Amino acid sequence: MKSLAELTELKEQAEKKLRVRKSSGKPQIIVGMDDCGIDAGAREILKKFLAEVNQRDLDVIVTQTECSGQCDQEPVVTVQLPEESKVTYGNVTAEKLEQIIEEHIVNGNILEDLKLDQ
Amino acid sequence: MEQSIYRSHILICGGTGCVSSGCKEVRSSLEDELARHDLEDEIKVLETGCHGFCEKGPLIIVYPESVFYCELKPENMEKLVEEHILKGKIVEEFLYQEPVTNESVRSYKDIDFYKKQERNALANCGHIDPEEIEEYIATGGYQAIGKALTEMTPQEVIDEVKDSGLRGRGGGGFPAGLKWQFASEAEGDKKYVICNADEGDPGAFMDRSLLEGDPHRIIEGMVIAAYAIGADEGYVYVRAEYPLAIKRLRIAIEEAEEYGLLGDNLFGTDFNFDLHIKEGAGAFVCGEETALMASIEGKRGMPRPRPPFPAQKGLWGKPSNINNVETYANVPDVIQDGAETYKQVGTEGSTGTKVFALTGKINNTGLAEVPMGITMREIIYDIGGGINDGKEFKAVQIGGPSGGCLPEDKLDLTIDYDSLLEVGAMMGSGGLVVMDEDTCMVDVSRFFLDFTQSESCGKCTPCRVGTKQMLDILERITTGEGQEGDIELLEELAENIKSTSLCGLGQTAPNPVLSTLRYFRDEYEAHIYEQNCPAGACEELLGAYVIDGEACVGCTACTDACPVDAISGEAKEEHQIDEDACIACGACVEKCPVDAITQ
Amino acid sequence: MACSCGNAEENQEQYLAPLYDVLAGYECKEKDLIPVLQDAQEEYGYLPQDVLQEIAKGLGVPFSQVYGVVTFYSQFHLEPRGENIIRICMGTACHVRGGDKVLDKMKEELGVDDGETTEDLKFTLESVACIGACGLAPVIMVNDNTHGLLTPEKVPEVLDQYRD
Repeated sequence: MKSLAELTELKEQAEKKLRVRKSSGKPQIIVGMDDCGIDAGAREILKKFLAEVNQRDLDVIVTQTECSGQCDQEPVVTVQLPEESKVTYGNVTAEKLEQIIEEHIVNGNILEDLKLDQ
Repeated sequence: MEQSIYRSHILICGGTGCVSSGCKEVRSSLEDELARHDLEDEIKVLETGCHGFCEKGPLIIVYPESVFYCELKPENMEKLVEEHILKGKIVEEFLYQEPVTNESVRSYKDIDFYKKQERNALANCGHIDPEEIEEYIATGGYQAIGKALTEMTPQEVIDEVKDSGLRGRGGGGFPAGLKWQFASEAEGDKKYVICNADEGDPGAFMDRSLLEGDPHRIIEGMVIAAYAIGADEGYVYVRAEYPLAIKRLRIAIEEAEEYGLLGDNLFGTDFNFDLHIKEGAGAFVCGEETALMASIEGKRGMPRPRPPFPAQKGLWGKPSNINNVETYANVPDVIQDGAETYKQVGTEGSTGTKVFALTGKINNTGLAEVPMGITMREIIYDIGGGINDGKEFKAVQIGGPSGGCLPEDKLDLTIDYDSLLEVGAMMGSGGLVVMDEDTCMVDVSRFFLDFTQSESCGKCTPCRVGTKQMLDILERITTGEGQEGDIELLEELAENIKSTSLCGLGQTAPNPVLSTLRYFRDEYEAHIYEQNCPAGACEELLGAYVIDGEACVGCTACTDACPVDAISGEAKEEHQIDEDACIACGACVEKCPVDAITQ
Repeated sequence: MACSCGNAEENQEQYLAPLYDVLAGYECKEKDLIPVLQDAQEEYGYLPQDVLQEIAKGLGVPFSQVYGVVTFYSQFHLEPRGENIIRICMGTACHVRGGDKVLDKMKEELGVDDGETTEDLKFTLESVACIGACGLAPVIMVNDNTHGLLTPEKVPEVLDQYRD
């Protein structure tokens, strides 16, 4: 260790690996992973979200949840930005997934046309 | 390819407690299940140090939800992975239940045991992988030493520690900054820093948990101390009874060397520091600083008179600074956040937090780090969940063999170094053993004297002979041979031993007896004058057991339990105990479903 | 280690070879005495007189000091010990939760007293001061493994794990 700057840089790198343990106050992508969701392909969607978040190096939590009662709209994905209300999207595909990340997560614009009524 | 970011981290406690309750098996079953569901790339499993809630082990925390599962078995992993990790359904049955309300609690942050704590020294314990230096660095680790080395002079470091009011956590409570000042001012071409990890007090295990759960914090604290006093070499003296702590510390030292956080020219300065581990060999007295240093030198671990103090003439005659594990664990925060912030917690005379090891007849046993100035009642009832099995609180023993037993009317005492001394106890290392109505206070005194007597090194007469005499008297009393005058004799011996012994071991050895005499004198008197043990613990003073014929249901549970076949009677009929054969072991009482057996 | 086969010297050399390996790993100063004793005991199971004499020679410290250190620390043993070392915790937390009953059951099961070794050299039984796992009281250690929340009834089960 040659300098404090070197340590701080190492700290920032290391912090990324521990992001998942500090979830409060962070954007969350919550994928419905009950049987209905998995049958509709939610596993692949979840993996893609994770890969996308990784690739873009976003500090976003990707997690799973049980059935929300909208089984016919699966895969269902909920986006929760800090201090905003939850937005749920239905019939999420790989294509829609990129839109959700790009528009909603990164730019903060809700995709009204994909949004499900609560 | 290993994914750099996982969607979930599963932290499994790998402290000594959880290892003994089977966390290794749980982990391998968990990994099998994750593999079966093809989840290895999404979920990371890692082993942490102790969460300090050992009785509920094996423990798991699932992030990002921070769901806390406890008392897990390998066969539970199938359900846990399928329901929670895959489908996102919390598995209620593995959650922790509050002992009083029976409510299930989801997150560890909401469990009463943790909620009332203020975890600073233990902040990382159970939350990071102790064998992974980058996890410590990610939490801000080693920033303090970087700051000290590049922005502060050694004297500024000492002043900050002095100003923080940090006192030695190992027992005596001597101001750490002052100790550093003495070592810094001592003349010498070579100086040492030493960490006392010879945690020998029965009932204390916070140092072990710190070393197992966050070894880098201790290393960082020691490096800061070394810089402050001008030392270039250090030793951690660890009990050989702590193999896991030694292993983790060894790994941590190697990692720190690899990352250039130990060794030469740290942070580009001309400051060098090497750290070694020295394993103890089983002698309680080595917790005394001069004895500890003799032991490092390869000698019998016997204390020597002070002065000269270790700060002047310590290890191999060189100026040395010696602090306890928990003290060093507080140092990085003092430097990083500053003395002013540090002082916000605690009382004026005792700043910061203290880790207590909560054990005995209590619902939640484990480690509790709380601000100084908290009351004993808050620790025992709010954090500890009260006395188990619905029994009555009788006393709490604080400070191990050097400390004392406090009765119920002292429960609202605010705890700090000075308040405890006033009531005849002491902080000691922070062991808190809770005792209920079934604990005999004379027997507890005998227990501690038995301990100090056998651990007395024998160098000075008051301790060697005096503790033996006290023990003889206590043994006499607990076996029904107590005599008039015994209490007075105990008091006289106690005062003599306290004032004339060479080291802390002897000087504090009589404390358990003096404090029980002060608060529970009636129990001593009952043993001596009435041949009676009010708690029903001293076997020689108990009569045979009898079965209440009216209540007995003839289940034969007692007959099977009796080790000497003293109970007779046909099934479904009333049973009898042969008084002459009965050895009053109490085995039958525990087995009786209708509580028909009494003494 | 004297014997009558005529190869005493050679045997002795062979017997001490592991010790020489231990000594080779140290600077062989006084400060190394305790670690060397620990390693030697790990190697031989206990500390025979020949080994102690050789250690004294190797480190250049008087034999009296070696003997003094060995008898001071409870970790060192001058007599052969069992294959498995059972340490019963007698700390405060274990004491108030019935550690003595576990010790009694152990004595009964093994047929030895505190500090003794079974005739088949399988087990050595020792009561020790606190082993620092108080959350699990009453607790014992067998070799490096901790077994917690014990009752006398669980004792045979624990022992079975260490019998062949």
